[in-house]
Amino acid sequence: MPNPKRRHSQRRTSTRRAHDALQGHSLSECPNCHEKKMPHRACSKCGYYKGREVLDVEEKS
Amino acid sequence: MRHKVAGWKLGRNTAHRRSLLRNLVTSLILEERIETTVPKAKAMRPNVEKMITLGKRGDLAARRRAAAYLMTSDAVDKLFDTIGPRFGDRNGGYLRIVRSGWQKGDGAEKAFIELLGSEKVLDEKRQKRSEARAKRVAETKKAMEEAEAQAKAEGGAEPAAGGESKE
Ligand SMILES: [Zn+2]
Repeated sequence: MPNPKRRHSQRRTSTRRAHDALQGHSLSECPNCHEKKMPHRACSKCGYYKGREVLDVEEKS
Repeated sequence: MRHKVAGWKLGRNTAHRRSLLRNLVTSLILEERIETTVPKAKAMRPNVEKMITLGKRGDLAARRRAAAYLMTSDAVDKLFDTIGPRFGDRNGGYLRIVRSGWQKGDGAEKAFIELLGSEKVLDEKRQKRSEARAKRVAETKKAMEEAEAQAKAEGGAEPAAGGESKE
């Protein structure tokens, strides 16, 4: 079976991984409370979606 | 080729999946809105629409077919008395699925699925729930204040939390 001939240097490893970073989500703005929210989902801050309150957002007491 | 149209298995065998879907459809008809995961909401949608079509037909045979699928006779009555007539002028698309967040534990995406035109019913429900919650909060507050006052009257040396249970 073929095997690695030489060990990779730390630099070679990190150079390869330079392009592996995760991308953040692209967020949209909630038209009701202007917080950032995930598109096509009810706003987790105010519970609105398409101009209507659809969720009960628990108020912290 | 009918590739990629198999639907949803939901990790269950046939009998388990059928039971789950019947339960979901019955609950949705009774409650007008239920919260579940996105795949379950999407899997139940065709079944709900078929039930509503039966509800619109409204004859005895339709009623028997709905009763064979739905879990309770209350759901059958509601389907034929209120939900069927409500959708008389609409050909399909009776449901709304809105993604609402993620489940703790396994991170599954949650959504609620509701019947169109049920906003008024749901708003009334929510109003009732919030009133009940406010009442509960007020009662707890009152009980806590009373307990505190009692603890003070007994000398204040006893801690407020332990004072009640010792009596
Ligand atoms: Zn918002």
